[in-house]
Amino acid sequence: MQEPTRSDLPSPAQVSWPILSTENLSIYYGDFLALRDVTMAIPERKITALIGPSGCGKSTLLRCFNRLNDLIDGFRIQGQVFYYKQDLYGETVDAVQVRRRIGMVFQQPNPFPKSIYDNIAFGARALGLQVDLDELVERSLRQAVLWDEVKDKLKTNGLELSGGQQQRLCIARAISIKPDVILMDEPCASLDPISTLKIEELLRDLAQEYTIVTVTHNMQQASRIADFTAFFNAQADEKGKRSGYLVEYGTTDQIFQDPQEEATRRYVSGQFG
Amino acid sequence: MATASDFPPRAQAAMAAVASRPASHQRLGEAFWTGLAGLFTLLALIPLLLVIGYVLYRGASRLDFEAFVSLPPMPLAEGGGFANALVGTVVMVAIGAAVSVPFGILAAIYLSEFSSGAVARWIRFATNVLSGVPSILMGVFIYGIFVVTTRSFSAIAGGFALAVLMLPILVRTTDESLQIVPVSLRWAALGMGASKLQTVVRVVLPAALPAIATGITLAVARAAGETAPLIFTALFSQYWARGLWEPTASLSVLIYNFAAVPYAGQRSLAWAASLILVLTVLLASILARWVTRK
Repeated sequence: MQEPTRSDLPSPAQVSWPILSTENLSIYYGDFLALRDVTMAIPERKITALIGPSGCGKSTLLRCFNRLNDLIDGFRIQGQVFYYKQDLYGETVDAVQVRRRIGMVFQQPNPFPKSIYDNIAFGARALGLQVDLDELVERSLRQAVLWDEVKDKLKTNGLELSGGQQQRLCIARAISIKPDVILMDEPCASLDPISTLKIEELLRDLAQEYTIVTVTHNMQQASRIADFTAFFNAQADEKGKRSGYLVEYGTTDQIFQDPQEEATRRYVSGQFG
Repeated sequence: MATASDFPPRAQAAMAAVASRPASHQRLGEAFWTGLAGLFTLLALIPLLLVIGYVLYRGASRLDFEAFVSLPPMPLAEGGGFANALVGTVVMVAIGAAVSVPFGILAAIYLSEFSSGAVARWIRFATNVLSGVPSILMGVFIYGIFVVTTRSFSAIAGGFALAVLMLPILVRTTDESLQIVPVSLRWAALGMGASKLQTVVRVVLPAALPAIATGITLAVARAAGETAPLIFTALFSQYWARGLWEPTASLSVLIYNFAAVPYAGQRSLAWAASLILVLTVLLASILARWVTRK
């Protein structure tokens, strides 16, 4: 069976069962409006890239999807964020359960200062999952295409790996607990081009099984890996404070080849940002 | 290949500027200040070297086997040792650590991981005040609430006085060691669905453990050398204490009692005890550094 090409994708607005979506979402830190009035829907088992200049609120939005912003003083939202049809900021929602299903990989590889094995086993142990840890570690490392490189040194400290390996270790750690969604905050920003390519291939593989939402500054990367792309921009108010907003969201091909907005066209053609 | 003279005047000037030696008065000034800073560094080290050297010189001669196994000598007697004081110091520091380490570390975990900004500021301030309280006041305080109530000087009272002394050191060093654990590690754990408690216990604490161990070692070393809190709480004894509720000898109080008496036997023992204390502190510091480096 031939795989559907990306140009066959419907626009994200037509996706009927988005796994994550926002409804008029505005995000504040104290009095500061970081992101204004975002409504968007993220389809299942696809890669969605959030792009835009620095300070446009894309990382802030990403952290809203697994309630990691809760840890920042003064954070509050208006509007709604949905996981399927469940309001993520509803009163009965357990942020810990949210993060267990919506995992995250950060810009800087951040393995725990433990062995490779313990890094991967951490999630299962913390959640008290009754699983075969050896099998879990091997499967996760294989999925993250790291197994062959580390299978003989599972007891060494994760921090002794190279930057690219550390990032794949972090991805393996994130998928070890089988989340539905993996959020990635510029996962390749601190890596060399070869490691970056490895991670990009890995993301394409993972998208068969997982929904991936990634923030990136690298437009070539977005165009290489993403099915959908959302372009954010920042706008200064009368007092000079810059708030982010969603300019345009569509299939990656449409955003890069046929942008509807002037700002998008200028950004993806490298004229600003 | 182009020679230097082929380059344009702008480049000639740039080359001349970087290649010219610093003016002689600049070099002289540099040398003077470097020399002065070096000299003062040496001066600052002299007290340390003198203390260690002098204690070694006066104490080494009496640091024999007898010193470790005998009781302190009577005023006109020769020989004797500080066996009961050594054991007393170890016991009281152990009591102090057993009381203060759990409290100090749990308090620091609360401060660094669970408290809100305003509360944490006040507790940190209070801890700093406590660490600034002269140690003799700790002794008087424990005397007032403990020795007077139990009607006896005791190793327990001495241990509590040392615990109060160690507490702020432990809170501060543990608090600092927890705060330097990168936020990204906490986020990584929380991002995997670990609870706050699991994050602290399984990720943050292990990462901070070497630094916390250093803090404990330094607090123990500091407590081992304290005299003032023990004078009012454990007092001293020429004999073996028959239990934790009896007046108990310690190395520091033995030094205090024996160093300035006219009896040569006791004086030389005080020097030997001083040597033991200095070596303990030195060893503890080295141990602490070694643990941190690992």
